Amino acid sequence: MSQTDMAANSQRNPPPFPGSEDQDPLSEMADGDSDEGEDIFVGNRNPVAARTESFQPNTANGEEPADLFSEEDSGPAARSSNSPPGYKSSGVHSDDDSDLFAEASMELAGGGPSTAAKPSEAEAGPSPTTRKSTTQPMSMEQLEEDEVKDNFELDVAVTNPEKIGDGMNAYMAYKVSTVTTLPMFRNRTFSVWRRFSDFLGLYEKLSLKHSLNGCIIPPPPEKSVVGMTKVKVGKEDSSSADFVERRRAALERYLQRVVSHPSLLQDPDVREFLERDELPRAVSTQALSGAGFLKMINKASDAVNKMTIKINESDTWFDDKLQEVESEELQLRKLHTVVESLVNHRKELCGNTAVFAKSIAMLGTSEDNTALSRALSQLAEVEDKMEALHQAQAASDFFIFAELLADYIRLLGAVRGCFEQRMKAWQRWQESQSTLQKKREAEAKLLWANKPDKLQQAKEEITEWEGKVTQYERDFDRISVTVRKEVLRFEKEKSKDFKSQLVKYLESFLQSQQRLIKFWEAFLPEAKAIA
Amino acid sequence: MMPRAVNVDLQTDATLQVDISDALSERDKVKFTVHTKSTLPNFKQNEFSVVRQHEEFIWLHDSFVENEEYAGYIIPPAPPRPDFDASREKLQKLGEGEGSMTKEEFTKMKQELEAEYLAIFKKTVAMHEVFLCRVAAHPVLRKDLNFHVFLEYNQDLSVRGKNKREKMEDFFKNVVKSADGVLVAGVKDVDDFFEHEKTFLLEYHNRVKDASAKSDRMIRSHKSAADDINRIASTLYTLGTQDSTDVCKFFLKVSELFEKTRKIEARVAADEDLKLADLLKYYLRESQAAKDLLYRRGRALVDYENANKALDKARAKNKDVLQAETSQQVCCQKFEKISESAKQELIDFKTRRVAAFRKNLVELAELELKHAKGNLQLLQSCLGVLKGDT
Repeated sequence: MSQTDMAANSQRNPPPFPGSEDQDPLSEMADGDSDEGEDIFVGNRNPVAARTESFQPNTANGEEPADLFSEEDSGPAARSSNSPPGYKSSGVHSDDDSDLFAEASMELAGGGPSTAAKPSEAEAGPSPTTRKSTTQPMSMEQLEEDEVKDNFELDVAVTNPEKIGDGMNAYMAYKVSTVTTLPMFRNRTFSVWRRFSDFLGLYEKLSLKHSLNGCIIPPPPEKSVVGMTKVKVGKEDSSSADFVERRRAALERYLQRVVSHPSLLQDPDVREFLERDELPRAVSTQALSGAGFLKMINKASDAVNKMTIKINESDTWFDDKLQEVESEELQLRKLHTVVESLVNHRKELCGNTAVFAKSIAMLGTSEDNTALSRALSQLAEVEDKMEALHQAQAASDFFIFAELLADYIRLLGAVRGCFEQRMKAWQRWQESQSTLQKKREAEAKLLWANKPDKLQQAKEEITEWEGKVTQYERDFDRISVTVRKEVLRFEKEKSKDFKSQLVKYLESFLQSQQRLIKFWEAFLPEAKAIA
Repeated sequence: MMPRAVNVDLQTDATLQVDISDALSERDKVKFTVHTKSTLPNFKQNEFSVVRQHEEFIWLHDSFVENEEYAGYIIPPAPPRPDFDASREKLQKLGEGEGSMTKEEFTKMKQELEAEYLAIFKKTVAMHEVFLCRVAAHPVLRKDLNFHVFLEYNQDLSVRGKNKREKMEDFFKNVVKSADGVLVAGVKDVDDFFEHEKTFLLEYHNRVKDASAKSDRMIRSHKSAADDINRIASTLYTLGTQDSTDVCKFFLKVSELFEKTRKIEARVAADEDLKLADLLKYYLRESQAAKDLLYRRGRALVDYENANKALDKARAKNKDVLQAETSQQVCCQKFEKISESAKQELIDFKTRRVAAFRKNLVELAELELKHAKGNLQLLQSCLGVLKGDT
């Protein structure tokens, strides 16, 4: 279809769901321009909102967000989606943004001048990068206003862990399935097989590209040599099954967080990860595992902390926020320890209940009063059922509560990381200012000493550094905006996440009590029948 | 009013009613106020109280055991020594760790431990009371002179605890007794009833022992889990007070819920302890007492058979026949007396046991249901509020 068609199409309201003609021209274009980078802008007519599923892996739900990152989150995204045609001319797409836009296009697309043309085509809706470029800090009120449901979605699930190979070279492969209506993908439904190192590789790539902007990059689950070795060796027991399930769930949550981040979703590496059949093996992860990488970031941030640099600014928002984050991380760690203790005690309770049940059953068989004997064996059965109940409750404690806390402890680390990036940007700016100052002083000296040839060089250097100062100042402002926005977005997601997970946890507790009631109600008449 | 005997279903009649109306816990010991109401002529008054300590209960119990007249009865098992050591240790540790926790946490834990202490205290009172009630309910034992002295004599009985030498003697006595017990048990009984009882009690006693130990472990895990939920509630509270965002309000509500469910879980563990663990412990002791009775009867049987053999020998040799005859008659009487009462005792034991299990299992089920429904209600109302807010 021609450009005009597309433009014409863009006049209409974005259709509610797939199968509309509007999408095809864009995806065609995407294919036509094999340069991957352009997809970002092309496919971007309709902003992305990733509606991700709740923690249950295989439930493909069209349900209400009991889930983490529903459309409302992508505030900026939502804003442009179902809005009437007139919207496209409204504020978001401003000239100021061209810098960021250009930078983004350099970073993400590596595309040439042709990419600059795209924005006008994508007039129908702003690209996500322009979204990011709104210079006004995104206030909570603004974000809350944008609770428009976005109809363009992407669901990702990680399922079917399979062991490939044998012995120490074996590995687990996971099926990553995507269901999406986003035009930037070739198909609506597709799946690929990925292994753990692929996930780590994705993290690294995203980290390299985006962390400097002050983005909060969701951290992947940690490497575990012990856990994996058990699996490799083929130990067929519940602990390795647990380990695999834990990892699968963690990988799924990781991906869901990545795709729900509006900028990250646009990254071609993410698209490649989801779509491409064969992924080149991420080798560097062997040396630089996710955990190792995080450690590096943490060490760096510790080093910065130790220097006790404080950004001299009148707006205390950043400082306050960082303190909040640090204190929250502390509390979450504490909570996590206690929840782990609860998990262990429940597992212990589980074991002890099973043993007790057997013991009571034995007692029942010794008992020579018939009715009592039967009641005791019924009691043994109730206790057996209680064991199953405790088991389920312990699993819920772990998978819903403990893992939630573990995720957020890591995420808060990532948040701290982005504050550090801002700190670094500020430092660079400050240093450049002091260098400029030195150059000016040098020039003054030369002027006084009257050395005209060196003077020219000095003047050139001053100009260069003036440029750098401006550049770094802009960078700092930009990163400040991003960090602020990211943190607000993060807080919103965190709030949703915690609420939904805690509700889920309480619901599982409720269910267990309901079942408990059934068991004892069945037992009571047996006890009363003893004579 | 102190808790009545929970593990034994006893007929109490007006002629003799005994209970522990009060108890005082001092550093090393517990002082029980034993209160008696009686219409029996033996007593000077109709209602009176004395103060007794644990050692005096043990003295009474041992006097029954050593009395040959009572060989044919199941002697009510002695109450276990009041043991506050664990609880005291915990309170001490808490005191030491006071600096490392917040004021709220400290107060909460202190309340917890105090409640635990109180629970142990109530239990030991109940167990001492059960012992006395069993004695008072027994048609023969209730007439025992030492028992009356125990109930009425309002001075210290000057019963000191056994010293080291006496404890060693006891130890050796027990060793001899169990060795003998094995020998005696090996003798096959002519009477089917007793033969069956012997086999039954042996197996039953072992299984009750096992069940008792395992129920204790299970309940301990349950308590630990409840303690964890307590700490979770505290930490959530701290998180909730950091800010006033709606996620913080959420945390506060969940913390409040956990506080309440934790209390319920602790009650569940405590009730399981009372209705199940204590029941099993009690019947562990009673089945031992029943085994002891069988042992005594077995011993008497062996003595009787030996006396018969001795008589035959004497008659054959025609020497000391009269002596042998007297001896044989004594043994025969002793054996028959024991056998007669033993049979009834063992039947009563069964009846009591069945009744006690019934009572406790019914109460256990009812309490489990009550607590689960309590939890359910709390969860439902909390979830209603939480979901309404989001």
